[in-house]
Amino acid sequence: MSLPDTVLPTAPAPTGRRETVVVSGLSSDAHTWNLVFLQLLVEELGYDVVNLGPTVPDALLEAEILAHDPVLVVISSVNGHGHQDGLRVIRRLRAVPALAATPMVIGGKLGISGGEDDAPLDELVAAGFDAVFEDGRTELGSFERFIGALPQRALT
Amino acid sequence: MTEAPRPAVRAGVAHAHPDFGRFVRDAHEAGHLVVQPRMGFSDPGHMRRGLAATRNARATTVGTLTLDSYTRVGDMPAVDEALRRGAGINGYPIVNHTPETTRDVLAGLHGPGFPVQVRHGSSLPFHIFEALLRAGLTATEGGPVSYCLPYGRTPLDQSVRAWERSTRLFAALRGQGVEPHLESFGGCMLGQLCPPSLLVAISALEALFFHRLGIRSISVSYAQQTHPGQDAEAVAALRALCARLLPDALWHVVIYTYMGVYPTTESGAYRLLGEAARLAATTGAERIIVKTVAESRRIPTIEENVTALEHASDTARRFRRTPTEIGTDSPTYAEAAALVDAVVNLHDDLGQALLLAFKRGYLDVPYCVHPDNAGRTRSFIDTDGRLRWASTGALPIGRAAPGRGDRRVTSGELLTALSYVQRTFDGDTPRHPLSA
Repeated sequence: MSLPDTVLPTAPAPTGRRETVVVSGLSSDAHTWNLVFLQLLVEELGYDVVNLGPTVPDALLEAEILAHDPVLVVISSVNGHGHQDGLRVIRRLRAVPALAATPMVIGGKLGISGGEDDAPLDELVAAGFDAVFEDGRTELGSFERFIGALPQRALT
Repeated sequence: MTEAPRPAVRAGVAHAHPDFGRFVRDAHEAGHLVVQPRMGFSDPGHMRRGLAATRNARATTVGTLTLDSYTRVGDMPAVDEALRRGAGINGYPIVNHTPETTRDVLAGLHGPGFPVQVRHGSSLPFHIFEALLRAGLTATEGGPVSYCLPYGRTPLDQSVRAWERSTRLFAALRGQGVEPHLESFGGCMLGQLCPPSLLVAISALEALFFHRLGIRSISVSYAQQTHPGQDAEAVAALRALCARLLPDALWHVVIYTYMGVYPTTESGAYRLLGEAARLAATTGAERIIVKTVAESRRIPTIEENVTALEHASDTARRFRRTPTEIGTDSPTYAEAAALVDAVVNLHDDLGQALLLAFKRGYLDVPYCVHPDNAGRTRSFIDTDGRLRWASTGALPIGRAAPGRGDRRVTSGELLTALSYVQRTFDGDTPRHPLSA
């Protein structure tokens, strides 16, 4: 995901129960600031955030998503292993029946070369991600628009 | 081209093995700042070429084997999978490559005149210590706090136990006439937005942790932050604390070139690196770890690393150590000393003291999302460029900067703070970028 260079307006104060978004790093990625930023951004867009932090093992990620039943899972990776780790994780998560339809996105610096090849991004989408945001290649603001287009759940 | 300045190696048994701490001390006494890359490649041939180029750089250098991040988290099957597929990984997998492979990488390079350090980032590092010892390496870095809290969810008590066990294994080398060297990574802590006094305190506390477990050759780190004057104060404070805490150890200070969001322009990246080299030279730091122009985009090449090493070395040569009265006479020292004393007094066992300190919030890293970090502190960059506390939580250092309150930081404000150094150095103002 590209970091936006403009500050977005804060969402209007939400009424009633706020829905939950899970923000997480991948198992081999130790970076934190991308996750702290995403947490603040998603909170400002009107959601509660469960931030699992960096280097989250696959099994823990699966268990936390099942436990929180989020409206969106945001995975961020900037260490160059996002492609390999992202494919492994999304295949595992999509194989869980309860998670087959949960919106899940990935973004960051996903390869080690900063390359310009679209094939790895297409492969991530084919494996089950709803969107892929690659640093420097995805239009600024597209992540926020994606969140804005999420269907609202009926309040129970 | 001039001969690379390299301290003369004394003959004799004491120097039969590479001695990282002694090499750096000798270089310092000869007037040379030791420069070091942060370099790691998965392919052994590539790694060897990187070490050779580092050794041959026009500077006093030590070598680095930076490990890949699968090895750091102990995911050995993922390394095997990547090696089998021929996929590049982001460092040298010292556990999965055989000791013979690693010895071949080092052969004829690693020695008393060119010690090599393993850099990793693991909260549970025992497998890494075993592997580096098998390969004949005797210098590495990290720490129970600095490699746990910022990088994952390993419970702090597990990290402390693993680091105790690993440090004891490492210290046992001394019984064989080999001097193992350990560097605390405590001067980094999330890379940016951690006020210097807390960096200094954690670096000093981890050094003391290593010392109590038998290590006698130690380095303490400090990562360049947002204000050169505050950074100089911090290094002086670190030196004063180590002189008090490590009287019988051979210790030195290593400066990390800025570890946060890096400038994207070539001129900005070089100026920031030059600023770090100046910090090292003027504060009497003995070693510096460089960053490259490519840093903001991808893993740098060997050539980019060599260019950075030579730029840092050349810049440092233009400055002399500033005679200074600071040391213990600064707010940074006062806060750091208060933090260290409060932690040391919590328990006779320093590992237990560190655990209690985080439980009570005596140590609390701003913006760190680790479950064992209290998360009640916040920091900000003041108008003069200094990093200050917005909220001090339960830190035993008194009040935060006046007039800030405990206001929430927005994502936009966080981005602005995170990119402060990048913007400052990428701006096209030719004058000295960080001077107030």
